[in-house]
Amino acid sequence: MAITDIKEFAHLTEADVEALGRELDAIRRDVEESRGAKDAAYIRKAIQLQRGLAAAGRVTLFASAFPPAWVAGTAMLGAAKIIENMELGHNVIHGQWDWMNDPEIHSSAWEWDTACPSEHWKHSHNYVHHKYTNVVGKDKDVGYGILRMTRDQPWSPANLGQPVYNAALAAFFQYGVALHDLDVEAIRKGEKSLAGTAAQAKVVGRKIARQLTKDYVVFPLLTGPAFLSTITANATANLVRNLWSYGVIFCGHFPDGAEKFTEAELEGETPPEWYLRQMLGSANFTAGLVMAFLAGNLCYQIEHHLFPDLPSNRYAEMSVPVRALCEKYELPYTTGPLWAQLLKAQRTIWKLSLPDRFLRASADNAPETGSERGTSARQRIAETAARRARGGWRSIVAA
Amino acid sequence: MTTPLLPDDYLHLLNPLWSARELRGRVVKVVRETENAATLVIKPGWGFSFDYRAGQYVGIGTQLDGRWHWRSYSLTSAPEAEQGHIAITVKAMPEGFLSGHLVNGLAPGTVVRLAAPRGDFTLPEPPPAAILFLTAGSGITPVMAMLRTLDRRGTMPDVTLVHSAPTASDVLFAEELAALVRKHPTLRMHTQLTETDGILSMDELGGPCADWAERETWACGPPAMLDGAERLWKARGIPGALHLERFSVELAGAGGEGGEVTFARTERTVTADGATTLLDAGESVGVQMPFGCRMGICQSCVVPLLAGNVRDLRSGVQHAVGDRIQTCISAAAGDCTLDL
Repeated sequence: MAITDIKEFAHLTEADVEALGRELDAIRRDVEESRGAKDAAYIRKAIQLQRGLAAAGRVTLFASAFPPAWVAGTAMLGAAKIIENMELGHNVIHGQWDWMNDPEIHSSAWEWDTACPSEHWKHSHNYVHHKYTNVVGKDKDVGYGILRMTRDQPWSPANLGQPVYNAALAAFFQYGVALHDLDVEAIRKGEKSLAGTAAQAKVVGRKIARQLTKDYVVFPLLTGPAFLSTITANATANLVRNLWSYGVIFCGHFPDGAEKFTEAELEGETPPEWYLRQMLGSANFTAGLVMAFLAGNLCYQIEHHLFPDLPSNRYAEMSVPVRALCEKYELPYTTGPLWAQLLKAQRTIWKLSLPDRFLRASADNAPETGSERGTSARQRIAETAARRARGGWRSIVAA
Repeated sequence: MTTPLLPDDYLHLLNPLWSARELRGRVVKVVRETENAATLVIKPGWGFSFDYRAGQYVGIGTQLDGRWHWRSYSLTSAPEAEQGHIAITVKAMPEGFLSGHLVNGLAPGTVVRLAAPRGDFTLPEPPPAAILFLTAGSGITPVMAMLRTLDRRGTMPDVTLVHSAPTASDVLFAEELAALVRKHPTLRMHTQLTETDGILSMDELGGPCADWAERETWACGPPAMLDGAERLWKARGIPGALHLERFSVELAGAGGEGGEVTFARTERTVTADGATTLLDAGESVGVQMPFGCRMGICQSCVVPLLAGNVRDLRSGVQHAVGDRIQTCISAAAGDCTLDL
């Protein structure tokens, strides 16, 4: 069972949770009050860098018949698309830069270079995922409707193909995201009208058509004789971007230690309890400055989930007091190297493609998710520390 | 081709004025007018139309501590395209931190955002035969544009200007006004220095301008003066001869708890207290409000604030006209109007 009683799982009293909420509010206030010219300059520089890379990449691809130019152009375009998706699109649409009151860097005006229209993203991601983070049955990001990510989701023979769907999702991630808000599952259950979905699908279709035309018709045609090599370059840039965003995003909630919750947990949930759910349900990975930038600072997923609308360039500094709070309240602060976090997420996907009888752990104490009846947060911290002491990738594979 | 971006998104990185989507301008000169007022001469970028009319105002957006602030100021320049620039004259208000910044802190070369000229405080064409300009303080600014236009076109009719300022050194454009009076025998000016002469009561208007009731009047100044003028002209039965321009007061720091919330597009209003979110207030009167998380994290409910002030219930921060606000965590701080 996923967590149904968050306070019991975390061994915190009501007063503790309240106090934790106040401390997190204070961290939020500090950042809100100190946002200023330096932050504004940061996002403008990021935009300049992204547009510079995109323009330079496109220009270089005019010579893409010449292999080194293909490599350089593809690399620049790929990097531009990664920055555009992660540090710019994702974060601007979250409203992280709305405080600047700049009509051009604003959640209500930003459109991004991916198949998913930003209006839909605001619903499926900003609202459904961020409000109901990791609540099985509510948060459609748990498995994205195609993957079984917790033993609370019943196994069906279709799950045997999970490793394959997973690979396809990684390669075509932007389309997965675009279809996400259509919520096909809800139509099947009769929770959503077909007409509304059709109108939504039209919007997605138009966006996808524009994106495809740009990358696979207009720019290749412009480069004339380099038509084919420009197509392969653009396809590669899109693929690289898809794989990277898939990787970063799967590290956010699917490595071991990022908990899942049941709908019972939502009943009467207070703001501090919401904070607590975000902390227990998210996972970071360690990253240097460059990797953090390319990940849209989502290596600080825990901080992002606590404060989704605060500027991304502040997550690194916020991670210090957040981590200290975790230690103080004996809560797990799930983090690790990117490759380790990614492997753990993959391991869960592969394992859970099998029916439960082939699995050793129960739904209460599985490494990918625990419950207050199985392991508690405190035990988990102890176990993680022990594993870290044992060290090495062997412990990950063995767990 | 550059979807989802526009060519604009690349062009204005090369030159901030190269934006076809948005009006921008570059401050070319800052001229000090008095101790606490300055004229900003701005060269607008692509798309700015110079066929505005004297007396209109322009919206100007400037960045301060990373945040864009919008205010409106009367254009003081005469609308002439060949100059290639416009001018606004800003007086630093004691409580207006932005006007202070504009007067003291704006360096030539700064790029500002512009909103197209608007307003109906303008002279008809041809201008009436007899005009009274009744102004005080920075209320002279739209009138200055009118006088410059009349002067430039050589069509100065019978004009009386009654202007109030605390002291002689506070009179904006004092030298230029004196020169205009010398140049045009049909232009008369009365200056009321309120620190020594006292505030000009509307009952005494006959002093500086005996035939005020026979003139078409344009008045701009503090609310008390304009209210007085409105009463006087109404009492005389000629309210149609009076044209008023009210500068919206900078409300930062003002605003109460709760107020009347107006939904401009659906034409509905509701009175809400300071703890009721605008989202709840709108839904209670049947407005189709966009919403998502209802806790301030998803930005689905962001709408422009058209008038008034609202308060962020989480942080207490107040938002003013021109801001886009989250209705699910904002409450009215005084009367306000939403674009819904």
